[in-house]
Amino acid sequence: MGRFVNALVTPLLPGDYLDLFHPLRKGADLRGRVMAVERHSSSATTVTIRPGRGWSGHRPGQYIRIGVEVNGVRLWRAYSITSRVGQADGLITITVRAIPDGKVSHHVLRNLRPGTIVMLDQATGDFTQPSRPPAKVLFLTAGSGITPVMGMLRNHQFEDAVVVHSSPDPSQMLFADELHSRASRGQFRLVERFTSTEGTLPVSSIADVVPDWAERIAWVCGPTGLLDDAEAHWEQEGASALLHVERFRPRIIAEGEGGSVTFTQSDVTVDAPAATPLLDVGEDAGVLMPSGCRMGICFNCVASLTSGAVRDLRTGETTQAIDEDPVLIQTCVSAAAGPCSIKL
Amino acid sequence: MSSATIESTRPRVDSAARTAERAVNNRITSTRPEEQSATHASGKANPIAHLSPEDIESIGRELDAIRDSVMSTRGADDANYIRQTIKLQRWIELSSRGVLLFSGFWPAFIVGTAGLTVAKILENTEIGHNILHGQWDWMRDPKIHSSSWEWDFASPAEQWKKSHNVGHHTYTNVVGMDDDLGYTILRVDPAQEWEPKHLIQPITNFFTALIFEYGIAAYDLDVKGFKEGTKDKKEFLSDLRKVITKIRNQMGKDYVLHPLLSGPNFLTTLAANAIANTLRNIWTHSVIFCGHFPEGVETFEVESIEGETRGEWYLRQMLGSANIEGSEVMHVMTGNLSHQIEHHLFPDMPSNRYKQVAPKIRELMDRHQLRYVTGPLHKQVGSAWHKVIKYSLPNPSPERSQLGQVADVLAGKAVRAGVALLHRTQRRQYRRALAA
Repeated sequence: MGRFVNALVTPLLPGDYLDLFHPLRKGADLRGRVMAVERHSSSATTVTIRPGRGWSGHRPGQYIRIGVEVNGVRLWRAYSITSRVGQADGLITITVRAIPDGKVSHHVLRNLRPGTIVMLDQATGDFTQPSRPPAKVLFLTAGSGITPVMGMLRNHQFEDAVVVHSSPDPSQMLFADELHSRASRGQFRLVERFTSTEGTLPVSSIADVVPDWAERIAWVCGPTGLLDDAEAHWEQEGASALLHVERFRPRIIAEGEGGSVTFTQSDVTVDAPAATPLLDVGEDAGVLMPSGCRMGICFNCVASLTSGAVRDLRTGETTQAIDEDPVLIQTCVSAAAGPCSIKL
Repeated sequence: MSSATIESTRPRVDSAARTAERAVNNRITSTRPEEQSATHASGKANPIAHLSPEDIESIGRELDAIRDSVMSTRGADDANYIRQTIKLQRWIELSSRGVLLFSGFWPAFIVGTAGLTVAKILENTEIGHNILHGQWDWMRDPKIHSSSWEWDFASPAEQWKKSHNVGHHTYTNVVGMDDDLGYTILRVDPAQEWEPKHLIQPITNFFTALIFEYGIAAYDLDVKGFKEGTKDKKEFLSDLRKVITKIRNQMGKDYVLHPLLSGPNFLTTLAANAIANTLRNIWTHSVIFCGHFPEGVETFEVESIEGETRGEWYLRQMLGSANIEGSEVMHVMTGNLSHQIEHHLFPDMPSNRYKQVAPKIRELMDRHQLRYVTGPLHKQVGSAWHKVIKYSLPNPSPERSQLGQVADVLAGKAVRAGVALLHRTQRRQYRRALAA
């Protein structure tokens, strides 16, 4: 039967037609419909999404990749899921904080409308609680690092939990009202830190605010500096086994003139000049490069840029990619603009 | 890994492309153009003789700027355009096929056939052709991408992209390098050598139009190259298998499964599919004929593209293409190949934007006294057909009439064939004598 239907619509797939009627059906590429967009402040937005029928649920603390169309270009980003697990209405929420120059986060803040269809991936990540949460817990977070922890706080009851959260100032603190009300109901003890007035809390002085920190299982999420410091501190104190960190964003892509290019499947790394097409760089390094017209018109040379930045030699425009969002580029008219990786 | 292995596993480009590889590569880094002469070696006037190398490079820069002005403003509206076009096409195809289930009822037959024809044309032109050119790759939608799209056409996308995007778009109208000049079966330019088969080319061309997609599949497969030994046998056979699978799938869908689905209306649905495919073939054949064959379009010699700069490449694209004038609907049905000049200048520009740059290109060409070849559909089709008829005979020569030349060639062929026959007979008699 399946073969018969496939043969009826070749070279398309039955799904290409079914998408006309029901893009969220089971068996379709996983998508979601934006149901509500709620702006909290000048920089934070909570988005409620109805995932397609193929959604297989999540565990608190996990994140999803979302593909959003910004000016017609599909960009993928990862966000923590903050909603309760198994809600009756099947909806999930994410909270997005606009970061400087963040194309997706600013689009979500300003232009995302209910009704929009977005692409989704299944939830993933192991920054989660065990099936029975431990008795004594410490959450150490900063900035939007609170989002996966919010997912856990909304879903689990903790016997004895402390949340140490840093934000620039009270107006920029995500989930401020909810954190205060949950803390006042005794779900956890909340330690707030406002870095614009009090400065950053050094991880090494965690004992000042949580004296029994070493007896607690810790979940840490925030900027890279915080994670590095936490890993160093816990290791130094011989407590690494108690530490969980979430490390998936944000990534700064260094843009420059030329750079070191890694052809990941050939396991070749070479220094590429700013004005030499990656096609030539690869060929000279002995990588099997697909090629065609060598002047940017035939698209036979496209390859996946999996990280870093490249510059279009015709226009000077740069294209960036991160692991969550690789981009196909034309190697014959693209040169390295900083360190980058090509899947070839 | 030895360099020899690397060489042999690298995707092949045809041999002409290979020899010119370095020259092409230079175009991005622009070398100094060579002196332009007033005439070609063939004695034909050089249409760019009045332009200095500086003029040509300044035209190149101007065209780059026009390109950038569009490419940097691609956005949600453009993305919406292609998505809506795809949606529309799928709705038309789906409903037409639905209507054709009742194709025994004559109004259903007419409506369904007309709808299916329109759907098939849109699918090949505004959607398939343009997506395979990478016009929509910038959206980063893996479903609407040159590397993943497959179309309702006999030639597999992968093979078509190689022959069309590399061979034709890079070496546009260079006699001997761009096989789209007559598709190796027609003679459409006086610089192409005349052969006896060209005598019947008006007839050949008519039948090619009816089965155009299969002609293109054979052409993309490079059957000629295989026969002449320029295409590797293993590669040819592997490509051939893919084409056969594709054609079997296409035919199975149109001529077996959908007719079967129509039950008692099997034959009428089969006829509807055959008509839709044929009309689509005639239409795409006509559109493509209008792109490079109408009167006024220039062709180029291999020597003229040696060390070609980006400016010169642009000039060749402008002078080697022709547009079609007409309504909005006509433009969409041709896949905006009615803006062939703009398409050849900027093959990866989203097709919905060609009409926006067309006035600028025309103004630029007028300003530089370059001929912007355009005309209504019937005129362009007529002009292309006129060439097919005109060049079915050898070039006129003061010494010998055209028919005289034909007679000479045919007589020469006949004599050679006669001599060969004689030799064979003699050899056979000799062998027989030996055996006895």
